[in-house]
Amino acid sequence: MDTASLLFYLLASLLVIASLMVVFLRNVVHCALALVAALLLISVFFVTLQAPMVGVLQVMVYAGAIMVLFLFVIMFLNPAALERQRGLWWGFGTILGLMLAGVLVPLVATDDLPADPVAATALFGSPEMLAKSLFNDYVLPFEIASVLLLVAIIGAVVLAKRDY
Amino acid sequence: MIALHHYLILSAVIFAIGVIGVLVRRNLIVILMSIELMLNAVNLTFIAFSRYLGSTDGQVAVFFVMAVAAAEAVIGLAIIISVYRHRQSLDPQEMQLLKW
Repeated sequence: MDTASLLFYLLASLLVIASLMVVFLRNVVHCALALVAALLLISVFFVTLQAPMVGVLQVMVYAGAIMVLFLFVIMFLNPAALERQRGLWWGFGTILGLMLAGVLVPLVATDDLPADPVAATALFGSPEMLAKSLFNDYVLPFEIASVLLLVAIIGAVVLAKRDY
Repeated sequence: MIALHHYLILSAVIFAIGVIGVLVRRNLIVILMSIELMLNAVNLTFIAFSRYLGSTDGQVAVFFVMAVAAAEAVIGLAIIISVYRHRQSLDPQEMQLLKW
């Protein structure tokens, strides 16, 4: 087994453990910290897949901005009480999720997928190439995304205002 | 070298874990976190396909998924704050005003 596969399996097992901690820990703050770990591990995967720009954005937007927002809300609401004891629905939901995994994994584990990545140029995944693609082929979705973010800002202010 | 289906299996597993979180947790904030986990599993699939097919379109798609996920998190947390003010609870099982 070469170093690349070893690194992949190490990171993958860490990622699965962090995701399980997000779902199965009872304290909300611990869940949020496990989610930060999972997001950082995913950004490492992005960098190893020659998408350094997206990896940096992942750290800044997800592990930075969105997680700070989550932690702010957790501290603001301060849900001190732990969740109630696990009941029947835990086993039921877990079985449903395992069934979903049992459908998805054989579906994607076929052999007719490309086994090796195509030879990438040095520019692949760089900001220049992404910007060319974003501002030539995807201008309309880009503008729509900006309108969407504006709507989200206004909606958040209106929803979280104390009285209206 | 790692084949493409390794990444696909990994993201399928992460997605299923996120689905379990949405199904079993009784805390709205953790449910939102599980949704973020599922979105990230999809992002990993996009990036893996973009690398193995040699096209940047997958990376551009991840940009848009990130923008939508940020908007979704902001609106979701604002709704959670608003609900908490009315009910003093984060348990979705107690929000049953429309339940017959």
